[in-house]
Amino acid sequence: MNKQEFLIGLRDALSGFPQDDVEERIAFYGEMIDDRMEEGMDEEEAVAEVGRIDEIREQIVADIPFTKLVKEKVKPKRALRAWEILLIVLGFPVWFPLLVAACAILLSLYIVVWVLLIALWAIEISLWVCTLGGIAAAIVYFIQGSIPPALMMLGTAFVIAGLSIFLFFGCVEASKGILKLTKKAGVGVKSVLIGKENAK
Amino acid sequence: MEAQLKRGLLDVCVLAAIKSEDSYGYKIIKDLKPYIELSESTLYTILKRLENAGMLTVRSAEHDGRLRKYYHITQRGVRRIEEFKEEWKEVISIYRFVNKEDEHE
Repeated sequence: MNKQEFLIGLRDALSGFPQDDVEERIAFYGEMIDDRMEEGMDEEEAVAEVGRIDEIREQIVADIPFTKLVKEKVKPKRALRAWEILLIVLGFPVWFPLLVAACAILLSLYIVVWVLLIALWAIEISLWVCTLGGIAAAIVYFIQGSIPPALMMLGTAFVIAGLSIFLFFGCVEASKGILKLTKKAGVGVKSVLIGKENAK
Repeated sequence: MEAQLKRGLLDVCVLAAIKSEDSYGYKIIKDLKPYIELSESTLYTILKRLENAGMLTVRSAEHDGRLRKYYHITQRGVRRIEEFKEEWKEVISIYRFVNKEDEHE
């Protein structure tokens, strides 16, 4: 790929991004390629060193603040006509509740994910409490002189302790997974706003 | 390295790279290469962040028939480097303490 192709490809990949930002970035990458070529690197090599377009795009998506994206998307491309403003005002009782509902659904999905995580950790903690309870009961039985129930309690406590150790690793992995997922979801929402999700 | 820590380090590295004289993108990457690997996209983000924070200014100058952007450190940028040095004195003393604990084991 030569410089020209690279910059065209980059501009294409970044369509839908805030425009002033895109121009500045393209100038930046262009300069980077020029500087490398000036040092005697050949064009293809210089382009390759600057990075791959899809990786650059991905990083930019992660970098752009969410609010800036929303502002860019919500800002109309041209001034609204009178009847459009009228329609928006008159339609308020319809679109506003819908908007609120959509936000509520998104929020509740988010809450559900985190509640799942909380539930998992609650199970983990309760298993530990059970273990401690089992051991305490075993000690009480032991002191009272009834050995068989004491042994049973102790055994059960150990089994539960084992389970809780297994579950602990599960909990940690689930927490990590959900953190990653919410991060990905953030990037996903941004991609939708940019409107190039299917181009990926 | 932890992301937050790395971010702070990178900011100061870039400031240090333009401290003695104004520099441009590719030169910054080359100057930092022996110490820290920096991709173009990362550098762009850092430069932007530092510019917005008033720690550097940008000017375009002609070079070899094309425009090249030069970055110039501001008073605030210099202060940031000084702050960093102060902060790290503390970090280094903590590091020594942690190391000493290890030796006793």
